[in-house]
Amino acid sequence: MALLEMKDISIEFPGVKALNHVSFASETGRVHALIGANGAGKSTLMKVLSGAYSHYTGEIHLDGRKAVITSPRDALEEGIQIVHQEVDTALIPYLTVGENILLHDLVNEMGRKQLVGWKPLHKKATRILEEMNISVSSKMLVSELTLAQKQMVLIARAVSAQCRFLILDEPTAPLSHSETNELFRIVRNLKAQHVGIIFISHRLPEIFEICDDITVMRNGELVIKENISETSIHRVIEQMLGKSLDEQFPFLNGKVGEIVLEVKGLSDAEKIKDLNLTVRAGEIIGIAGLVGAGKTELCKTLFGCTKITAGDVFLNGRKLKLKNPHQAVRQGMALVPEERRKEGILVEESVAANLTAANLGQFTKVFSFLDRRAEKQKAVEIIQTLGIKTPSEKTKVQNLSGGNQQKIAIGKWLIADADVYIFDEPTKGVDVGAKKDIFELISALAKRGKAIVYASSEFPEILGITNRLYVLYDGRAVKELETSAATEEELLFYSTGGR
Amino acid sequence: MEVSKPVTAQSLPKKKFELFDFFYKYGTILTILVLIGVFTAANPSFVQGHNLMNILRSISIVTIIAIGITISLSVKGFDLSVGSVASLSNAIAISMFVWFSQNTATAIFSALAAALMVGIINSVMIVKVKIPDMLLTLATMFIIQGIALTYTKGATISQNMVMPDGTFATGKISAAFEKIGQVPWIIVIMAAAVVLVHVLLNYTKHGRYMYVIGGNEEAARLSGIPVDKYKVAAYLLSAFFASIGGIVLASRVMTAEINAGTPYLMDAVAAAFIGFSVFGSGKPNAFGTLVGAILIGILQNGLVMMSVPYYSMDIVKGAVLAFALALTYYKQKK
Repeated sequence: MALLEMKDISIEFPGVKALNHVSFASETGRVHALIGANGAGKSTLMKVLSGAYSHYTGEIHLDGRKAVITSPRDALEEGIQIVHQEVDTALIPYLTVGENILLHDLVNEMGRKQLVGWKPLHKKATRILEEMNISVSSKMLVSELTLAQKQMVLIARAVSAQCRFLILDEPTAPLSHSETNELFRIVRNLKAQHVGIIFISHRLPEIFEICDDITVMRNGELVIKENISETSIHRVIEQMLGKSLDEQFPFLNGKVGEIVLEVKGLSDAEKIKDLNLTVRAGEIIGIAGLVGAGKTELCKTLFGCTKITAGDVFLNGRKLKLKNPHQAVRQGMALVPEERRKEGILVEESVAANLTAANLGQFTKVFSFLDRRAEKQKAVEIIQTLGIKTPSEKTKVQNLSGGNQQKIAIGKWLIADADVYIFDEPTKGVDVGAKKDIFELISALAKRGKAIVYASSEFPEILGITNRLYVLYDGRAVKELETSAATEEELLFYSTGGR
Repeated sequence: MEVSKPVTAQSLPKKKFELFDFFYKYGTILTILVLIGVFTAANPSFVQGHNLMNILRSISIVTIIAIGITISLSVKGFDLSVGSVASLSNAIAISMFVWFSQNTATAIFSALAAALMVGIINSVMIVKVKIPDMLLTLATMFIIQGIALTYTKGATISQNMVMPDGTFATGKISAAFEKIGQVPWIIVIMAAAVVLVHVLLNYTKHGRYMYVIGGNEEAARLSGIPVDKYKVAAYLLSAFFASIGGIVLASRVMTAEINAGTPYLMDAVAAAFIGFSVFGSGKPNAFGTLVGAILIGILQNGLVMMSVPYYSMDIVKGAVLAFALALTYYKQKK
């Protein structure tokens, strides 16, 4: 039995202390859960262990011997393997399963050999797959596999090399229930072969099903390490939360009008299942859920980006049939998407061009000629009302900070003046000051009688700003709560699959 | 604190790369001036009025076709089929006169109609079937080239040509059509195309939307811009200008030679990419494309005057294109 110890690990990034004197220990032959809210530092800690950073302080010991890990190669040589959540980035789709499993051999162990021996390769890969009881043919192309199968191929690759510790970073988030069971069978199998497994997950019931130990992190620090049989879901949630941050949320006066948006039995092709919700004028609705719960999918489906496979959406009592976002905007909907740089703003365009992108028609004269004076005037006005910190309205957006970019992504919908505003993680990567401005902006919109959908995995924010909320778990709205009566503990309970 | 950070981030690299930025912005113009100086020194008749007119005339077809490419580039698309569309339009226009004795309007409109059909096919395959633009237009380039060849039965169409049945073709090309390819009309058409597209891209809502789509298609879609419609429009316009180029070419040479439009593809692509950098705009733009075409035209004309053989010209033009691409992508990397 080998012992892994990370002692007194600290790491800083510009402006953030991501890990603060964390000491973590794990053993082979056990499944160790690592859990914490978003930004608690669990991914950072595992990145340190797998050699993604070299500028940390503290020591890593394996079996009492000091191990120097400053590059992914060091980590591999110590037998530490990691399977990331985005499996596609680590696989080569048009090679076979066998080649992918033995990729390391193919790249590094060929020496002066120029020809690939296909028979021994597939034989070796098949043996590995059989040992792990994975029913995938070695000769299949990876591009033909399901997500769950790809994950297993990656695990097989990790195990095929020397592997003492295997880190699984949120492996179950994209998996269905039966696929999760299959994964757990393999995890138990590996455990029996004395591999140490570090299991990062947001789903507490799963952790209590498969893990032996649990370590909880919060704000870059290790809070507790316990034996799973000696703790409970409620205790873990308590430890994850600690004391909540005092945030200044604007006061909601709660003048709620007619139903504006009504969703009945909505499903999409992938994630969303049989979802119901209503939003009234002047109301802020929270969509609370952890990463992978389907918040983004819900927002995009409402906005016409993905096809609805079942159910109906009504806007002001009229049934909506959206084919694309263009129609959604014309019907009076607005979306501030999660991936700001990719989807929300035009980094190479000026602040003014960004602000008017959603409703340029307002700034045109005859024959669609642009009225640049009107455009500039409005841009300057929005810059002032939203307090966007920019040298001028002509500055390219890529030169602004995250908070200011987000204000611009929201600002463009103020010009367009919609009825329904959908916010998907609007405070992601935004500093505290800008956060407060954004909350005030959203509540001001509600006061003007707009219907607002606020999707986030930051539960304190949802509790601070919404009137009513739905908890999302695995694409379903599992619970509807009045915000005034809800607690963070409750949200965490339902969003991790509790009933 | 918040304000000062982005400002320094913006101004620091500028100072460092000042020399590069200067050459990026004005390099094309400077090169043109230097070339004019060199060629004039080698042969003083280079700057004479009639030679300059000659250059303008010789670049007009390239420019018109390149303007179409500029539009497809503005939505981050790419249209390789413009050369063959020009060939097809050329063949149809001349055949309408020579084979079918039609009038000028019929000749022009049938050439345009055929080109727009190509534009529709291109845009549907790219927007709906989602074939990458470069690959799809590579395929249509060959298809259209083949159609043009089949249509002319692999022969040159000209007045008084011998028909398959042994008789002479009786159709005549109208005098009005002949005017299109002559100075000043050929230059007027080119100037009109440049000005129109410059205004479209820079001063109208539609141009703004096209650049926005080219900059970030997903963000454009989520802003409610009808992305697909604009992409279709871009490929239709690209085919339209290629067709105008073919028609002008038809009028200029008064025949329809085999694959007459094909050589214009590379020159037009080069002109459009050189245009990226003109005055530091950093994106496809009509005025820059004109400057790019002028650069190529001067190079070609001057080298001919210096007795560089025509068959070596592609080396120079290819090198210019590679240099323009290097400039564009190095700039983006920064």
